[in-house]
Amino acid sequence: MSLSKIKFDKKIVLSFWIILIALIIAAPTLLPVFRLNLLGRYLSLSIVALGVDLIWGYTGLLSLGQGIFFALGGYCAAMYLQITSSSEFPNNIPEFFALYGVEKLPFFWEPFRSPVFTFFAIWIIPALVAGLIGFLVFRNRIKGVYFSILTQASLLVFFNFFNGQQKLINGTNGLKTDVTQLFGQMVGSESMQRIFFWITAILVIAAWFFAKWVVKGRFGNILIGIRDDEPRVRFTGYNPVIFKTIIFSIAGGLAGISGALYTVQSGIVSPQFMTVPFSIEMVIWVAVGGRGTLLGAILGAVFINYAKSLVSEALPASWMFIQGGLFILVVTALPEGVLGWIQGDGPRNLLQRFGLKRKIETYPSLEVNNKEANNE
Amino acid sequence: MELLLDSLFNGVAIGSVLLVAALGLAIVFGLMGVINLAHGELMMLGAYTTYVTQLIFKLPVLKPFYNSYIIVSIFLAFIVSGVVGILLEKTIIRKLYGSPLETLLATWGVSLILQQFVRSVPLAYGTGLVISLLIGLFLPTTFPSKIKESINFKYFKFSSWIFAALTGVLTGSVISSSVSKLSRASARNVDVTAPSWMRGQVEIIGTAFPKTRLMIIVITLISVIAITLFLNQSAWGMRIRAVTQNRQMSDCLGISTEKVDIITFGIGSGLAGVAGVAVSLLGSVGPNVGGNYIVGCFMVVVLGGVGNLLGTVLASFGIGIMTDLIGAGRLLSIWPDMPLPLSNTINFFATTSMARVMIFALIVIFLQFKPTGLFPQKGRMVEN
Repeated sequence: MSLSKIKFDKKIVLSFWIILIALIIAAPTLLPVFRLNLLGRYLSLSIVALGVDLIWGYTGLLSLGQGIFFALGGYCAAMYLQITSSSEFPNNIPEFFALYGVEKLPFFWEPFRSPVFTFFAIWIIPALVAGLIGFLVFRNRIKGVYFSILTQASLLVFFNFFNGQQKLINGTNGLKTDVTQLFGQMVGSESMQRIFFWITAILVIAAWFFAKWVVKGRFGNILIGIRDDEPRVRFTGYNPVIFKTIIFSIAGGLAGISGALYTVQSGIVSPQFMTVPFSIEMVIWVAVGGRGTLLGAILGAVFINYAKSLVSEALPASWMFIQGGLFILVVTALPEGVLGWIQGDGPRNLLQRFGLKRKIETYPSLEVNNKEANNE
Repeated sequence: MELLLDSLFNGVAIGSVLLVAALGLAIVFGLMGVINLAHGELMMLGAYTTYVTQLIFKLPVLKPFYNSYIIVSIFLAFIVSGVVGILLEKTIIRKLYGSPLETLLATWGVSLILQQFVRSVPLAYGTGLVISLLIGLFLPTTFPSKIKESINFKYFKFSSWIFAALTGVLTGSVISSSVSKLSRASARNVDVTAPSWMRGQVEIIGTAFPKTRLMIIVITLISVIAITLFLNQSAWGMRIRAVTQNRQMSDCLGISTEKVDIITFGIGSGLAGVAGVAVSLLGSVGPNVGGNYIVGCFMVVVLGGVGNLLGTVLASFGIGIMTDLIGAGRLLSIWPDMPLPLSNTINFFATTSMARVMIFALIVIFLQFKPTGLFPQKGRMVEN
C-alpha cells in the first residue's frame, strides 16, 4: 500500500477545521430534524468504523463481530436511562419487567443506577469483553478466516443470548430510550437530540485523533507488521498476542461508545444490532472508504449509510443488489478503497491512461517524494 | 434406554443436516482456504430447486411420477447449485486467490445478491437463467478437440452462449405460462410437501422416528459415501487431494490446478444444493433459510480441522448430539435428582438458542487445547 500522502499547507488545514466546526455548530439550524438525526446516527456509526479500520486496516484482523461491542455499549446506555426513569412504575423498576412478572431488579442492573458507572461502563465493558474474546482466540494463534468465523459465531451467541432473555433485558423487543429522561429532559426531544448531535460530532473528531495517535509511532508500526508478516514480528521478539489483544479491545471500546451514541439517537437498542449483516456492513464502510486510512472509515460510514437511506426510500428492493455489488466491486476492483485510491497512484494512473499526464520513467516513489526528501 | 435412543437419534438427525451442509464447505475450505459466505445461499437455491421441481411434477404430464420428485430434485439441486458455484469461481473467487479475507467479503456480496434475486425475480425465469448458464458453461466443453483448437473457437463459444440464452428464455416462459405459482416474484416463504411415502413415522426398536428425518440421514449417508469414493478412488479425486496437500508441487507435476479448483468448487456448491433439499424437508423455504445453518457449518469446519472428512463427520455429529443433550435438557431426565444449582443451570440452557450459546462456549474451550481442530493437518510448515 502506498504511503505517499499529499501534504497540505497549514493555512488550508486551519481553514478546513474552521469550516468543519462552523458546519457542525450550524448543522441543527441548516438541516430538518429528521435529516439531522440521521446524520447524527451515521456519525456515531463512523466511530465503530474507526475501530474496524484499526483492527482490519492496520492489523489485518477481519472481525465480523463488532456488533457485539456496539450493542453492549448501547445496552449500557439504555439500561441507565431506563432505570433512572423508572420511578413511577411499580417496584421502581423499568416498565417491561411487569410484563414478565419480574418484581426484583436483576443484580447486574444495580450498578447502572450510577451515572458515573454507566459513563465508564459504556466503553470499558465492551473493551473488556473484546479483550477476553481476543485473548482466548489470539493466544492459540488462531487467525485469518478462522478468526473471522469465530467472531461471527460469538456474535450469534450474543444475539441468541440477548434475544432469548426476556426476563433479564426484555429479549427481542430491546430497550427503548426515546421516552426516558436524562437530567430532567426527554431523551427523544428535539433539544436533547441536538445536544447528542454535537456530542457525537465532537467524539468523532476525538476518536479520529485518538486513532491517529494509536497508529503513530512504534505501536502502529508493530500493528502494520502483524498485518504484513506476523511470524516475522514474532521472530523479531515481539509478542503479537498482546498487541492484537490491545488493539482489539480498543476497537471494542470505540464500538461501545458508538453504540451508546447510536442508541440514544435512534431511540432503541435491540438484539438487531447484533445481527450478522450489520456487522459485515461495518466492514464494507471501511473497505469502500479506504482501509488503513482513518479518514476513509469515517467518510465511508457516513456516505454509505446516507446512500442506503436515499436508495431505500426510493427503490427499497434494489439496495440489496447495490450493496452486494459494492462488496464485490470494492474487493475486486478497488481494494484500497476510494480514499486509498486517491492517496495512492490512482488518479495519476487514470490521467496517464488518457494521456493527460507524463508517464514516470524511473521509480515512481523517487520522483514523487523528491520534493519531500529535499525539505527534510 | 429408550430415552437414550431417542436422544441419539435426534442428535444424529441434527448432525446429519449439519454434515451434509458442512461437507461442501469443508472440501472447498480444505482445498482453497476460502470461506464461502454464500454457501448458505447455495443451500437456499437447492431448497428452491426442490420447490420448483415439486410444482413441475404436479403438471399433468409428470403427475404419475410425482412421488419420485424428491429423488429427482436431489440431482437437480446438485446441478443448480453446482452451476452457480462454478460461475462464482470463474468470475470472482479465482481473481481473489491468496487473499481469503477479501474472498469472504466478496462472497458475502454474492449472498446478498442471491437473496434479493429470489425475492425479486420470478422463479420460472430464475430456472431459465440457470439452464442457460448450464448450457453456456458446458456446451463448449463438449465440442470435439478439433474445433477447440481451431481459431474460430471463439465464435463457437459465442454462438453456444446465444443458443443457451435462447433456451433459457424459452424454458423460463414455458414454465411461467404452465405453472402460475412460479410466474410471479414473491418474498414470501414457500413450503415443500413431502411425497406420501415420506410422511408418517417408522418404528425402530419401539421408538417412532419421523420418515423425513430418516430420509435426511439417508441423503447425508449417500453424500458422504459418494464424496469419499470420489476423493479416494477417482483420478480427479486424487488430483484434488494432491492440490489440497501441496498446491505448488502439484502444479509443477502437471496437474491443472485451475481445473481442480473449478471441479472442487462445483462439487462443494453442489453438495450445498443437496443440503438445501434436506433443509426444505424440515421447514418452510425462504430467502434467508441458509443463514440459519451457515454458522453451524462454520463451527463444524473449525472443530473438525481442515481437509479431513472424518473430522467433519465427527464434528457435526458431536455438535448435533450436544445440541440435543443441552437444548432438550436431557441430562435432567437421565439424572432427575441432581443438586438444585446444577439443575437450574441446565434448565437455563435448555432452549435451542441457549444451547447454541453453550455449544459455542464449549467449542472455544476445546480450541484452547486443540487450536487446529480435531484432526490437524500434519506437516512441518510455519503457519499461513
